[in-house]
Amino acid sequence: MSVPLARPLPMLTDMNRYFWCGGADGRLHILRCGACGTWSHPYVARCPACRAKAMSPQPTSGRAVVSGFTVNHQPWFPHVPVPYVIAFVQLAEQSEVQLAANIVNCAPEAVRVGMPVKVLFEQYGEIFLPLFEPAEAAA
Amino acid sequence: MSRFKEKEACITGLGQTLLYRKPSVYPFELAVQACEMAIADAGLTPDDIDGIAAHRPGTPGVGDGMFAANPADIAASLNLRLTWHGSGDSAAQFSPVLTAIAAIAAGYCNHVLVWRAWGERWAPSYSRGFSEAGQAQGETSGRKSWMEPYWAVSAGNWVGVHASAHMARYGVTREQLSAIPLVQRRNAALNPRAIYREPLNLEDYLGARMISTPFGLYDCDVPCDGAIAMVISRRDLARDLPQPLVRFEAVGGGSQGRLETWVHRPDFPHMTLHDAAKMMWSRTDLTPAAVDTAHLYDGFSYLTLFWLEALGFCGEGESGAFVEGGGRIALDGELPLNSNGGQLSEGRTHGFGHLAEAVLQLRGQAAGRQVKDPRVAVAGVGGGYMGGCVLLAAGEP
Repeated sequence: MSVPLARPLPMLTDMNRYFWCGGADGRLHILRCGACGTWSHPYVARCPACRAKAMSPQPTSGRAVVSGFTVNHQPWFPHVPVPYVIAFVQLAEQSEVQLAANIVNCAPEAVRVGMPVKVLFEQYGEIFLPLFEPAEAAA
Repeated sequence: MSRFKEKEACITGLGQTLLYRKPSVYPFELAVQACEMAIADAGLTPDDIDGIAAHRPGTPGVGDGMFAANPADIAASLNLRLTWHGSGDSAAQFSPVLTAIAAIAAGYCNHVLVWRAWGERWAPSYSRGFSEAGQAQGETSGRKSWMEPYWAVSAGNWVGVHASAHMARYGVTREQLSAIPLVQRRNAALNPRAIYREPLNLEDYLGARMISTPFGLYDCDVPCDGAIAMVISRRDLARDLPQPLVRFEAVGGGSQGRLETWVHRPDFPHMTLHDAAKMMWSRTDLTPAAVDTAHLYDGFSYLTLFWLEALGFCGEGESGAFVEGGGRIALDGELPLNSNGGQLSEGRTHGFGHLAEAVLQLRGQAAGRQVKDPRVAVAGVGGGYMGGCVLLAAGEP
């Protein structure tokens, strides 16, 4: 496996560790309310829907849909080849849960709003950075 | 008396430095000059200023970069005798305007000096940017930590994601979007302060190198150094001052949803600017039909389209058709837009340039680009995780 390209990495805190490190088991983890089942991201201490003190990280399907994207052509980082795709994706479990990520394993010009994608991870030490690829490519 | 106290405040003084594409004057010195100009323009002296506010306050002893003039340093350099200072963060770069109004309404002070000073070109870190060795190995925290791990380091990336969703949903095209930079460039030709004044046509626009889709070079504003300051005063004190009265009719700040992040809004691709616009219209009996001239943030061209929709100048999804061809938003159109050339041509003034131009238009001081007898103007700043807007009116109510 090739060494991943360097990235600015998130500072880990007790509010985000479940998310950035949770991919160690190959699954994307998001907070979910144990009382009403509502998913929420990023961290909240009480359920935004029912106010229950019952939020805990739960594995998701890792399936999502591209809600918006940009093909970046500007070489902000000399070591990173351009173009690359930055997208927002909405989780299959609950479309209000939206994440930013790169779309990989796919030509930039093939990315579309509404495209089904699935999660994969790139490891940086204890961080497993969620990325997404076309859902078909994984089949 | 209205319970919306911004109606008791007005803008009495305005000072703008030249804008520098090449760093030429120390940015803190630009800030001091803009403040001196604003105070003099108001017919006041530094002894009359009893409050100050700036967004963001920056760091004492640092006179360049994004926040080039800390309030403590400005107060010392102008030898101000203050009863109050504050900055706030609820309405993007217009935050000091909203907090100044609140301070005046509370009786903390009579004349508040507000400013925006930036020295992006002067700051040695600017040109190095992310190419600095080790930057990519750095740690990112706060709102940027949701973006920067994906090499999404520019607001152009973030706005581009929102724009793509809007374009896909409503069929807006880059040809329609081009009306924003092209009309503004025509306006800039009439503005001696503008950095870029030479004509720009559709071919230039579509042929320019891509930065981050859908934004080519001319969809992105022009980094520069400069400073803009204003004096915000009690309206009853303004009657004795020299400039034509420009008063606040309504203000709005974005404070809904998940603050400090704009990845996670459930109503994506709406942004904080939509919240600010809603708040502003809730504080006045006026409607969008009353607006004679609009000054809407254009750090990236598509933000202006979002502002047009959020403020109700057209319906959701209709902004592409609204600006198409540019006639409606031209100086002699039904809604003159960004008459100074905006940040895409005049320069990146961090929203204060839009506010300054609205003041000049309402005073009748916009020279060759003067809109015919405007009575009401709107200015909006920001968009993503923070936004603010003000509705200004000329003359006594």
